[in-house]
Amino acid sequence: MSDYAGGFWAAWKLIFTLDPDLYEIIFLSLQVTVSAVIIASIIGLPMGAWLAVNRFKFRRYVIAVLNALMGLPPVVVGLFVYMALSRAGPLGGFGLLFSPAAMIIAQVIIITPLIASISHQTIRDLWAEYHDLLISMNATRAQRIKALLWDGKRALLTATLAGFGRAIGEVGAIMIVGGNIEHATRVLTTAIALETGKGNFAFAMGLGLVLITMAVIVNLLIHIVGKTERASTW
Amino acid sequence: MVSILPLKLIEASAHMRGKKLVGPVNLTLAPTGFTMVIGPNGAGKTTLLRLMHGLQRCSKGQVAWALPAKQARDKQGFVFQSPIMMRRKVIDSLAYPLHLRGVGKTAARERAAECARNFGLSELLESWAPMLSGGEKQKLSLARALITAPEILFLDEPCANLDGRATREIESILRQVQARGTRLVMSTHDMGQAKRLANDVIFMLNGKLHEQADSEKFFNAPVTPEAKAFINGDIVE
Ligand SMILES: Nc1ncnc2c1ncn2[C@@H]1O[C@H](COP(=O)(O)OP(=O)(O)OP(=O)(O)O)[C@@H](O)[C@H]1O
Ligand SMILES: [Mg+2]
Repeated sequence: MSDYAGGFWAAWKLIFTLDPDLYEIIFLSLQVTVSAVIIASIIGLPMGAWLAVNRFKFRRYVIAVLNALMGLPPVVVGLFVYMALSRAGPLGGFGLLFSPAAMIIAQVIIITPLIASISHQTIRDLWAEYHDLLISMNATRAQRIKALLWDGKRALLTATLAGFGRAIGEVGAIMIVGGNIEHATRVLTTAIALETGKGNFAFAMGLGLVLITMAVIVNLLIHIVGKTERASTW
Repeated sequence: MVSILPLKLIEASAHMRGKKLVGPVNLTLAPTGFTMVIGPNGAGKTTLLRLMHGLQRCSKGQVAWALPAKQARDKQGFVFQSPIMMRRKVIDSLAYPLHLRGVGKTAARERAAECARNFGLSELLESWAPMLSGGEKQKLSLARALITAPEILFLDEPCANLDGRATREIESILRQVQARGTRLVMSTHDMGQAKRLANDVIFMLNGKLHEQADSEKFFNAPVTPEAKAFINGDIVE
């Protein structure tokens, strides 16, 4: 029990004394994950919408692959990115291994299928609902996609949120490609793993508390943004 | 302005996965009038309207407007059996068809507000469309279909879930719309409504155009025994 109490106490102390090491870790975590979420959304949201409104030959297989990719073990993604970025790998020349950029790449690969898949489901359902109306109104293909993305925006925000949640709590892949280097690539999750390994439960719990708080805050923020968008439709 | 009417259906049929839903239908819709499509559940009323509007693919024969189909679509309106509400405010839902036609945002909203006044929807402009009552949704659907001033308006049982007062309101709007020269084609289950509004009647049965006549003639002297039975409220197989 005293471990937990000590953990909480240590956490609050670190947070309120604006411990520079802690804030550096928090800041890097946010930087990496927010970048990854933005990139993955730019790729995943239109991809999902496109899959929802277009009929083409291998569509069902593409969707099946997408859903399968959602279940990719992050550690394997880490390994894959590591091999690509290591000196001998195809992208070795960029010297990105053990950098925040490498961690962003790994997270983008992990969450893009998730975001695309949720976006696909959302837009598909909305398209089923709107289909007759938009066809009746003679909306062009571009106008249709625009209307679907716009009217589905809150569900799509939820998709990016889910991506954020998955990315911020991910440890396996970024440990491998980032290396958990102090002052360079150490983020909340890798730091927690390290401190737990060292038996430093108090500090680890403090970090965990920050991680949970952050996830809750981001969820609330996005919920509020969705709300002010008006109306209690759901 | 070149009219998209008359509309000609020539041996037109609709199939779905090999099964025939409607047809073959031969008919001509003259440029003016109020055509009422009646018939029992599953007779093919909705399918016939969708076929005319181009929502249902014509698998055999043809549906020919006086202008090419894509162009003709812009001059048609459709009110669905169950209202499709965009997840937007009433004013934005109303402005949307104008927006699609390239009308600027401010102008579109002004026209939407004016249109809402004519339909008694002014109080609801800022409401979220999917939250409206059934009657309000149906009125909004009608307003949205009419805001682009179509030459022809299709209505698929627009009063099916409405009470007497709302039905009267819609009927009076439809009379005004007809007086302005809009061609109306509507399906209904309500024989009283058909008698009140129709100039001519299409009686559908089992996917076929079973009988077609002027309203007066159809209701006073139906030719087929099925039409007679249907008008009397008997069950028609
Ligand atoms: N998408 C579809 N797939 C398969 N069958 C269909 C489809 N749409 C309609 N049908 C069938 O076509 C027939 C005609 O349906 P339709 O909806 O046109 O009837 P309706 O006269 O409008 O009936 P109601 O009065 O119940 O609205 C029905 O037997 C229906 O089951
Ligand atoms: Mg119907």
